[in-house]
Amino acid sequence: MSQATLDLIRRELPLHETPQVAATPGYWKAVGQRLLRDPVTIAVTLMLCGILFISLGAPLVAGADPYAGSVLARLKPIGTPGHWLGTDETGRDLWARLCYGGRLSLLAGILPVSISLMVGGFLGILAGYAGGLIGTLIMRTMDVFYAFPSILLAIAICGLLGNGLSNSVIALSVVFIPPMVRISETVTTQARQLDFVEAARASGTTTLQIIRHHILANVLGPILVYATSLISVSIILSAGLSFLGLGVTPPQPEWGLMLNSLRQAIYVQPYVAALPGVMIFTTSMCFNLMSDGFRSAMDVRLNK
Amino acid sequence: MLVFAARRIIQAVPILLGVSLVVFGLVHIVPGNPIDLLMPPEASPAVIAQMKAAFGFDKPLYVQYLLWLGRALHGDFGLSVFNATPVWGQLVTALGNTFVLAILAAILGFSLGTSLGLTAAVFHGRWPDKLFSAIATTGVSLPHYWCAIVLVLTFAVLHDWLPAQGMGDDSLPLYARLEYLVLPVVTLSLIPMGVIGRLVRATVLEIFSQEFVGALTAKGLTRWPVIRHVCKNAAPPVLALMGLQFGYLLGGSILVETVFNWPGSGNLLNLAIFRRDIPVLQATILVLASFFVMLNLLVDIAQAAIDPRIRR
Repeated sequence: MSQATLDLIRRELPLHETPQVAATPGYWKAVGQRLLRDPVTIAVTLMLCGILFISLGAPLVAGADPYAGSVLARLKPIGTPGHWLGTDETGRDLWARLCYGGRLSLLAGILPVSISLMVGGFLGILAGYAGGLIGTLIMRTMDVFYAFPSILLAIAICGLLGNGLSNSVIALSVVFIPPMVRISETVTTQARQLDFVEAARASGTTTLQIIRHHILANVLGPILVYATSLISVSIILSAGLSFLGLGVTPPQPEWGLMLNSLRQAIYVQPYVAALPGVMIFTTSMCFNLMSDGFRSAMDVRLNK
Repeated sequence: MLVFAARRIIQAVPILLGVSLVVFGLVHIVPGNPIDLLMPPEASPAVIAQMKAAFGFDKPLYVQYLLWLGRALHGDFGLSVFNATPVWGQLVTALGNTFVLAILAAILGFSLGTSLGLTAAVFHGRWPDKLFSAIATTGVSLPHYWCAIVLVLTFAVLHDWLPAQGMGDDSLPLYARLEYLVLPVVTLSLIPMGVIGRLVRATVLEIFSQEFVGALTAKGLTRWPVIRHVCKNAAPPVLALMGLQFGYLLGGSILVETVFNWPGSGNLLNLAIFRRDIPVLQATILVLASFFVMLNLLVDIAQAAIDPRIRR
């Protein structure tokens, strides 16, 4: 085909004349689009918003005082007028206590993960970026904590520090820091060897700037996804500590503690006794599914 | 292989030392002497001093640590400050009871998890896969102490089918004592089932996408021999997780043991915490954590035995 014919074809087909290159959407935009196409993630996120709403808006939706008991109204079944989810062993409205209980349960579950995300992320990036003696020191110390089954360590720390929400938060943070350090160390070590990081270092960028612009950008995604998957575990464990009598102290409403105190009433009101557990289960399930959704939306390999 | 095993064993020693240091330090992060907490306020200083000397709490901390570690290495964990019986005896009985639960739960959970995960991977994207994903996600999101309560509720409260608590008397016939095992074992097996199943599914799927699987099929192998090859390649990570999960079953059954009133190591630990029984507490945590380290060591060596690539 001669050059003249090719030109003719080009003129005849306007598409070829101005090649339409679709603008590549940015990474986060693509993640957002994938999330919007995932009905399960949307549903569980909405449900978590609902749980968050009844906990934070407890004074609006509870309709009763979570501390006001009544000897006459003890252990009423589900569907009692005035107490639609029944009452607990001292006659306190269960719905109100579940609403208010969400505050402490969510706090006790999310706070340790946030703390370990910050401390563990910092130590991990430090270990991965600095390497050498500091890196070895940090990682070997973490290995020692890895040697404990996580629940055992949490119970031991919390049991020795004594009761209370803050001690349960400390115990769980200590438990979650080692895995967080390990993940951020691995990702940092990988990121440090990337060509553009080398280039930045060669062109005289300061260490702090490299960490802020290049390392953090690469490390943040994986450790955030890991952190969301930890929230589910953290909620189960913190409620478990309260269930053992190690976390939140009575009469404060908290799902694990409520489950424990209602356990004695299992022969009287079996269904009411199981309700706080339903809340723990639903919340942890939602966080698990949400984390799965984020993971597959952010992991580009899976979408290829 | 032997060199690898030896190197891993040597690496475990500093970790075990670190563990002992953490266990000992953990107990002393709380200010105050364990004896001060236990003695009645009207006890005379002379008696308190005598008690401290008897239990060895009067020496400086590093001396206490070294003495404790030296005795612990000989299997002597001292006396319980609560009832003055040897800690070792209590611990052995409790550990035995926990082992029974953990081994049965591990067998149940691992076999269910592996077979379900494998089925899900083989039927990837079809209904068995989706059903399995739902079961596995439920399994890993369940607060097992609540699950224990629900099982008690169903099988012991609403229907009188199984015993709710304890482990039965020695006088009972064997089948009757086995009944006591059913609910705790089922409860404990749920998390390993979900966790192992998810990993098996993910690993098998990843290996299916590798080139050697296509080569095997091209060579003329039928479906099941190919799956056998895939399984062998999927074994090391799954094995590693099984080791971890078995460790969790040993050390983490405290919540389930509390619900079922099972006299195992978790229950012992729980009692020791509330009684502030330091020797029992230290011994239980140390022994459980050491088990965990050994277990990981065994798993590492087993992994290397299966997969030469790990031997670096």
